[in-house]
Amino acid sequence: MLGTWFDDGLFERMERMRREMNQLMGAFRPFVGGGVFPAINIYDNGEAYIAQAELPGVDPREVDVTVTGNTLNVKGKREIQPAGDKAAYLRRERAAGEFNRAFKLPEAVDSGKVQAIFRNGILQVMMPRAEQAQARKVSIKAE
Amino acid sequence: MSDKKSLEVSKKKSISTGGGEPIHQDVRFVPDCDVLENDEAIILVADLPGVRPENLDVDVREGVLTLTAKVDPLPEQWRPVYEEYDIGGYQRSFTLGEKIDVQKISARLKNGVLTLTLPKQEMHRTRKIEVQT
Repeated sequence: MLGTWFDDGLFERMERMRREMNQLMGAFRPFVGGGVFPAINIYDNGEAYIAQAELPGVDPREVDVTVTGNTLNVKGKREIQPAGDKAAYLRRERAAGEFNRAFKLPEAVDSGKVQAIFRNGILQVMMPRAEQAQARKVSIKAE
Repeated sequence: MSDKKSLEVSKKKSISTGGGEPIHQDVRFVPDCDVLENDEAIILVADLPGVRPENLDVDVREGVLTLTAKVDPLPEQWRPVYEEYDIGGYQRSFTLGEKIDVQKISARLKNGVLTLTLPKQEMHRTRKIEVQT
């Protein structure tokens, strides 16, 4: 019945399809040849693009964020600190390693005004659009 | 060769409802966890990105430890333009052995990682016995 359709994750599949379509058609492009970690979400608040990535347990000092033109680059490493002395793993799901990810934005951002914040294991990069890319109201002179 | 491996993206694990409905609408994922054991305690480490300490709940009931965490919604004016991961709260349960001293469990949340220390009861701790010669 209808219930089983939902259980099959129909909505989830459709949502994924919608997303993949957006990514195919969209102007946002992960850099080919770059790494795949971390997963990145990008938002637009009108004035800036905001990139977010989940990096739990990553030391902010071990993360490098650079913005050149319209390319965002996030690289660093995640280390798993040994929890306590002589502890043996019973279960291990958390991974450690290095990452290097590049991402192309559809338009130039003002690299001088880029701000990166690391809060509760989430990296947030706020990238204001470059001045010339911002919509500007042009006044018309009457003669 | 470098001994550093590159991190892979793993899809967040959705909570399986097993036919039932989840109680919290905004709890959607099973967090990745490490579990370690030493002589004194069991240590549970969970990745909870985006969780503030006040939004984390650790509960022990009838020998089952459940952690439930919510994440803040994004600001309303943020329009998603490209998405690779989903956002939602976390929940996971573990069955505790009888040897855990429930009263002495301690928790620490830092940089989106929860570390729970579950001390063993005194009588269950490993003790080295000196052999007299």
